Amino acid sequence: MFEQLKKNLEEFGFPVLPDEKTGELQWIDVRELKIRYIISINNIKPFFDGLRNGKLITTKCKKCGELYFPPQKDCPKCKMSEMEWVEIKREGTLETLTVIFVRPPSFGVYDPYTVAIAKLDDGPRILAWLRGDPRQVRPGQRVRVEVSRRKEGYLMYELVPI
Amino acid sequence: MSENVAVVGVGHSKFGTRKDVNMAELAWESIKPALETSGIEQKDIDFFVVGYAGLGGSEAAMPSVIAEYAELSPKGSMRVEAACATGNAAIRVGYTAIKAGIADLVLVVGIEKMQESPNPTVIELIGRFGSYFWEFENFGLTFPGYYALHGTAYMMKYGATEEDFARVAVKNHYYGAKNPYAQFQKEITIETVLKSPYIAWPFKLFDCSPITDGSAAVVLASEEKVKELGIDERIWILGQGTGTGTANLSKRESFTSLASARYAAEIAYKMAKIDMDDPTKYLDGANVHDCFTAPEIIAYEDLRFCKPGEGYKMIREEQTYIGGKIPVNVDGGLKAKGHPIGATGVSQAVEAYKQLLQKAEPGRQADIKKGRWLAHNIGGTGHFAYVTIYGLEKR
Ligand SMILES: [Zn+2]
Repeated sequence: MFEQLKKNLEEFGFPVLPDEKTGELQWIDVRELKIRYIISINNIKPFFDGLRNGKLITTKCKKCGELYFPPQKDCPKCKMSEMEWVEIKREGTLETLTVIFVRPPSFGVYDPYTVAIAKLDDGPRILAWLRGDPRQVRPGQRVRVEVSRRKEGYLMYELVPI
Repeated sequence: MSENVAVVGVGHSKFGTRKDVNMAELAWESIKPALETSGIEQKDIDFFVVGYAGLGGSEAAMPSVIAEYAELSPKGSMRVEAACATGNAAIRVGYTAIKAGIADLVLVVGIEKMQESPNPTVIELIGRFGSYFWEFENFGLTFPGYYALHGTAYMMKYGATEEDFARVAVKNHYYGAKNPYAQFQKEITIETVLKSPYIAWPFKLFDCSPITDGSAAVVLASEEKVKELGIDERIWILGQGTGTGTANLSKRESFTSLASARYAAEIAYKMAKIDMDDPTKYLDGANVHDCFTAPEIIAYEDLRFCKPGEGYKMIREEQTYIGGKIPVNVDGGLKAKGHPIGATGVSQAVEAYKQLLQKAEPGRQADIKKGRWLAHNIGGTGHFAYVTIYGLEKR
């Protein structure tokens, strides 16, 4: 496509191409946009310290005892922000799963991966990749949360059948 | 203030790959017939709402693009976004404006030109309709993946099969083949679906709605305006409910139902005075949000067309074909008609108008005996839910 576009730009003076199927003339944008977000994790730093130690650390409201996962700064139930950081037991039961065959381009370095949701024994649910052959597991399967290193070089949790 | 609000005009572009037009031209394709069928001019419009998720299309200031091309300037406007429920959300804004008495005539336009961006870019962007950091950034969940998590849970809990899901696609393609505005006007078989490649297990290519260009438009009017203009061809909004779900799926209790959709349905039924225990007795048909096959089955249950766990039996027994318990998506649904995100909810309103006024194309006109039609439009995976009930008679 881009070879033809270059040729058309030289020959006709415009970045235009006829549509492959219909022949209808298209202007091919010369402005390409790349997006990389900058997201604050300032209030959940202990969570990442936990991952570094192979643990799942999250927030619990000091007043009402509500356990939040993913961790969060504020308790909307009490409208308070006094949270304590607690470790959650890293075992639970699988509730559902899917295998992502058609991946977003930004996940292009990975083979098809399994995304699953488990209910942890301590209460919260967790969504993560599931290690191993998805055909061998079904909802109801006991799983453990483990921390591993991603191809991108950072640490993230995943679910592993027990 | 207007107690009742009517749909007095409709327009619909051809859905599909629309390399022949730009965004303004695509919008005009539905705006022009909406004005013509309602018998009003641009100057009569008090306010216009544009449902546009901005997924793939080049234009950002879509209301201004439309104001310029359709001669609507300097009338007030608003762009509305609620993921795939954007269209019905736009109708919500027009409906409430008229109900509140600050407008008498509102034009609602839904549009998306998703194929202005390359397919991989759209896959990348559309996967981000949940929690960006906890679901997409780290686990690469895609849009089919979100609903596939529900499809799996549904199959495992109730014993439905991939073949049951395929039956939904077969039905919607059957009716899409009879809709000249549909992206896919071709019938398929269960084998077509089962043999297509996996996108997100258990969903295959033919379980998924396509990436679509298209627009749809409706003109909404107050009861006074309907009387003043002497408009005979109109349908009324009898009830509307809205709901919102959590960003993270892990914050939900169930993956076999969408809590936001159940909530929206209850509000809409109450408002329309429909018996929640047996709504099909009051409805001639429905459009439900079949972005994938399994969610159509889940919608039957969330809308109480059947008991939880019995939705797959409805499609097995062909209860949602014309002549069955309640015809569903007899315009092809999102699956075959196509799913230009911002236009879908408005397209459902166009279909309610055509069905109730018996203007649907041959072979896909439902029997109209009860005079009510339901539209169920979901954004994300139950992140946003809109249920609207239309009827021939006022509330
Ligand atoms: Zn609290």
